[in-house]
Amino acid sequence: MSFDPVFTFGVIAAAALIGLGIANEANDSRDLTLQSPVTAILAPGTFDHAKPGEFLKANHPVKAPVARETIAAPLEIMKYQVSVWEYARCVADGACRPAELRKVGDVPVTGVSHIDAEAYASWLSERTGETWRLPTDVEWAYAAGERFRGDIEANENDPKNPAQRWLGQYRAESSLGRAPDPEPRAQGAFGINSKGLADIAGNVWEWTSTCYVHTTIAGDDAETASAIDNCGVHAVEGFHRTYMSNFIRDGKSGGCAVGTPPDNLGFRLVHDRRGFLQDAVHRLGLT
Amino acid sequence: MLTRREALLGSVLTAAAVATISAMPTAASAKDVAGLPREKVTLVAPPFVHAHDQVAKGGPKVVEFTMKIEEKPVVIDADGTQLNAMTYNGSIPGPLMVVHEGDYLELTLINPDTNTLAHNIDFHAATGALGGGALTLINPGEQVTLRFKATRAGTFVYHCAPGGAMIPWHVVSGMSGTVMVLPRDGLKDDKGKPVRYDRIYYVGENDFYIPRDDQGKFKKYDSAGDNYDDTVKVMRGLIPTHVVFNGKAGSLTGEHAMKAKVGETVLIIHSQANRDTRPHLIGGHGDFVWEQGKFANPPARDLETWFIRGGSAGAALYTFLQPGVYAYVNHNLIEAVELGATAHFTVDGGSWNDDLMMQVEAPKAIAS
Repeated sequence: MSFDPVFTFGVIAAAALIGLGIANEANDSRDLTLQSPVTAILAPGTFDHAKPGEFLKANHPVKAPVARETIAAPLEIMKYQVSVWEYARCVADGACRPAELRKVGDVPVTGVSHIDAEAYASWLSERTGETWRLPTDVEWAYAAGERFRGDIEANENDPKNPAQRWLGQYRAESSLGRAPDPEPRAQGAFGINSKGLADIAGNVWEWTSTCYVHTTIAGDDAETASAIDNCGVHAVEGFHRTYMSNFIRDGKSGGCAVGTPPDNLGFRLVHDRRGFLQDAVHRLGLT
Repeated sequence: MLTRREALLGSVLTAAAVATISAMPTAASAKDVAGLPREKVTLVAPPFVHAHDQVAKGGPKVVEFTMKIEEKPVVIDADGTQLNAMTYNGSIPGPLMVVHEGDYLELTLINPDTNTLAHNIDFHAATGALGGGALTLINPGEQVTLRFKATRAGTFVYHCAPGGAMIPWHVVSGMSGTVMVLPRDGLKDDKGKPVRYDRIYYVGENDFYIPRDDQGKFKKYDSAGDNYDDTVKVMRGLIPTHVVFNGKAGSLTGEHAMKAKVGETVLIIHSQANRDTRPHLIGGHGDFVWEQGKFANPPARDLETWFIRGGSAGAALYTFLQPGVYAYVNHNLIEAVELGATAHFTVDGGSWNDDLMMQVEAPKAIAS
């Protein structure tokens, strides 16, 4: 799993300069035909986060350990999921495959795989001369704030009886009682979270750049003894966190033999704005 | 003078005639039937089955059932795809009716005037009159009562068969169910030893053929009649758009998963009125399986997957040995996963049996 923040600014300085959750709605487009995506800029911070993947301890599966994660630099992330029209421009340029859209219109793009999302990020970066990329699991969780759920896990865990955990997980999931809701809605229809992001945990799950991983925990201190990545599968986030093969475009058939499949697969991107903080510092005359 | 050949033939014929006579069920007159005790049963929606005795108490009786036909739109998958369903008693499949061999099954079938189509019922368990179909055709606003003698023990499909092209269309719109005729002395294993079940579930499998629009999206119709032309075109391709248990993808999963406890014996009745299927319990077996569903034949043992012929119902008996979540599927896995034919059992109680299975070593890096 990789979490390598591009920014390396001091936490305190950044926090002083960046308003928490203030959306940057300015359009400083370098390309006239391409509007810069609306983004939200999140102040750095730390938070407790249930790690993604499967965890083993003493040869038995255990709940994901909770780690204190740090977002060390301001995180600029799209306020909305990439829309059908935005994605269509990439298709028109021949850089993206047409999506298997559930719905055409003023809605988030759906029916896109991890491969498609990566292709879009590369295209957008090239067109804008900026760096756009998928968020990591940690970044997405930070941006999701109070709407982050993580994996659906059982409370029961008896090493002598693995069935307890399967049954607990199955029941936890069914007791959430989430009915399928496949019809994409207009952007913003699922509301804005405390971080200023729209449609988090609506009916479009989002791809991340975090690979699926098997982690073996050593001892009692949740220290990782070994971890084996499978980057053919990535974490997708929404109502819950789950894991999908990179080529899957329809979450329904992408795994989850037992359990809630994502209604739709889409994405939003992180903007790595090199020099952005220096610019802000300069503008504010703080140098 | 009899030739040797004639004599032989004659003796064979005589023997056959005698056999035929002795095999003929004793015909009871309507008057005799009138003297039999009667029992009224209230049906319950699948996968559940009305309360019944596994071993018959006393002699034959007349068991009365009532079913109301309901035409109504139903959602058949997570995408909200709609089927203009035709149902016996409001459910797909129709309810399971249980009687004992030698009993009389008496059904009152009601076609309320809120419906738009004529319907009837063909019982595979019944003898004559197209399974009763010729005696039960009713228009909206009519009702009819049919009685037949349950002469053969087993699980038997019933379905609507209102003639010609209407037959397959009504069946793939949801109109089928099952009758279970139990031997009077209950079920027996392959050695003739009595077996019992703690729970019974009825899984009805359906193939649906929903037309699509130009964009490939499933079409919606105001009423059953409106979809007929389009639906028949899809039906003729013989490739269903949906293969589901109990009327809907996911109808027997999550909150609606079937339940059992470790050590319990479960009888699973599986019907398919139109198309072949092959049930499989993932992580379990069929201890005793009446694949053709007919209890006069000894059950097959220890099956992994069993074959249900289109137009029949089978029965599988299994004692759960491990706790956990089991998937019960049509083991054409494309139909199970992509088209909907998956159910779940949650099995509680007991402890994990390490002797039957254990993970000796959890996943780890390949030892070099």
